[in-house]
Amino acid sequence: MSNRLYVPFAVVGAALIWFVGWPLLRTVGASSPRLLWQTLAEPQVGDAILLTFAASAAATVVALVLGVPLAYVLARADFPGKALIEAVIDLPVVVPHSAAGIALLMVFGRSGAVGRAFAALGVRFVSALPGIVIAMLFVSLAFLVNAARDGFRSVDPRLEAVARTLGATPWEAFWQVALPLAWRNILSGVIMMWARGLSEFGAVVILAYHPMVAPVLIFERFESYGLAYARPVATLVILISLFVFFLLRWVSRDATRH
Amino acid sequence: MPHATNAGALRLEEVRLRLGAFQVQSLSLEVAGGEYFVLLGPTGAGKTVLLETIAGLHRPESGRIWLDEEEITRWPPERRGIGVVYQDDALFPQWTVAENVAFGLAMQARSPWQRAFPWLGGRARRAAARGEAVREMLRLLRIEHLAHRTPAHLSGGEQQRVALARALVVRPRVLLLDEPLSALDPQRREDLRQELRRLHQQLGTTVIHVTHDFEEAVALGQRIAVLRQGQIEQVGTPEAVFRHPATPFVAEFVGTRNIFPAWAEPREDGLAVLRLQGLTVVAPTPLRGPVHVAVRPEDIVLSRVALASSLRNTFAGQVIALEPRGALTYVTVAVPTPQAAALPFVAAVTARALDDLVLQPGEQVFLGFKASGVHVF
Repeated sequence: MSNRLYVPFAVVGAALIWFVGWPLLRTVGASSPRLLWQTLAEPQVGDAILLTFAASAAATVVALVLGVPLAYVLARADFPGKALIEAVIDLPVVVPHSAAGIALLMVFGRSGAVGRAFAALGVRFVSALPGIVIAMLFVSLAFLVNAARDGFRSVDPRLEAVARTLGATPWEAFWQVALPLAWRNILSGVIMMWARGLSEFGAVVILAYHPMVAPVLIFERFESYGLAYARPVATLVILISLFVFFLLRWVSRDATRH
Repeated sequence: MPHATNAGALRLEEVRLRLGAFQVQSLSLEVAGGEYFVLLGPTGAGKTVLLETIAGLHRPESGRIWLDEEEITRWPPERRGIGVVYQDDALFPQWTVAENVAFGLAMQARSPWQRAFPWLGGRARRAAARGEAVREMLRLLRIEHLAHRTPAHLSGGEQQRVALARALVVRPRVLLLDEPLSALDPQRREDLRQELRRLHQQLGTTVIHVTHDFEEAVALGQRIAVLRQGQIEQVGTPEAVFRHPATPFVAEFVGTRNIFPAWAEPREDGLAVLRLQGLTVVAPTPLRGPVHVAVRPEDIVLSRVALASSLRNTFAGQVIALEPRGALTYVTVAVPTPQAAALPFVAAVTARALDDLVLQPGEQVFLGFKASGVHVF
């Protein structure tokens, strides 16, 4: 349907698209491939990027193991307090992430009860990999849990019922029917969560300035040496994020077609 | 009931259940082994919930469920051996037809190891899908050629056949059918109805079939239970239910109908001769053998004198009852037959026609209806 409003509205909208696209393009274009390669070869930069990937992947695995069963319950069962639980999952998205970092520090820090318990086992959160992982987990688990819940919700419960009447236990019906059919949604949740974890700065920087993840490294270089030093790292991180983002779009497009 | 085998007898004793806003107060029901039993009721009467309770998918609040002298009230569905076929769209969409049918067999054959780690089950299922048992069941349902398709590429009728094959391949003790024909167009519905009758005769499985369609109930059911808001209003043979409705609700739901068992013999001209206790009725149908004949009361014409020959089916009878209902009066006419009892036909007559006829109970009257006004099923 053609509409005379489309053209003026598109012109207004173009300003917004420019606002998002141009700074990103500008950053990517400002560094030569050679410089990017050199930057990547710097041990500090390479380590930071690998650490970011690994920590976010670890957070995603934790959310997968703990969050997918939860998502299944939320999709299938009705119980008092369900709305509250769903709100709790979404909460980290609205809390400022630096505040989330403070909150985590209070529980998992050296003076927190959980922090002390883990310290007894030799696990330290402050200024350590586990701290980065829980910070990322905290701020990004909603993406995975919500995607998985929507995935399970889209699976007809009668399919599992039929599987039960054909001899499957609930555990088997979950693995053979519910999970394969919700898998695309879960996968797109995994990628979304992982990407969100990669980009986390606020919560991570409070729990662990060191070892340095990529966003913290950008911040530090900018603070200490200025724009010219921060930019190549920023460019690398943006390129990697774009790659992850397109991967996500590709997977979820496949999901809708399926 | 007719079947010699007694396996698959099901008994519900004062079953009480609650699911959301829906409630069943206290329901008792007995289905004989090998019987084709129909649960008939309007939408919202709780038929699906009742079926799912029998299958073990809901736990009743109180009461007991027995299967062949074993109490199964607290058994999980996977232990009961009770199969379910839903109205539509309940095939496993990620698997082929053969794998759908093989699922139950793979479940029966699995090891404790596979039970604990179900993600290993794919190979066993695919192996079972190539097996003879699956092929035989597909052949029985006449869907061999669909074995390698996925459910998205099947018509509604084909999907229902696959669902039946999937449920039957494990030889269930009881087969539950939840409105299995409702999503189909009339032609497919008739085909599958015959298929259900044939399968039941061939396999002798106890069937509990849920429907809101009275004709379907009469065509298939050896006995019918009429359900209303989770309560059973009447249980009996199809004849008993429509001939002697126990409650006003049953009478209303079943409607005032002329439904008679008959024997059909097709003729050359597309019409068939139907014998109703020795009376001969002509109607268009390709069916042969035992059928049911239905004539709407509105399609029956009454007259004091012999009727014009344009009506294929005319009979003489005696008025036995007049029942005014709104704008119409329902006149029951007993038509004597060569065999024992007279057949009661009900005709709906407008007030004006009634004035012209001046009918009284006990009077002789002629009734007639067109061949096209006879519904055979």
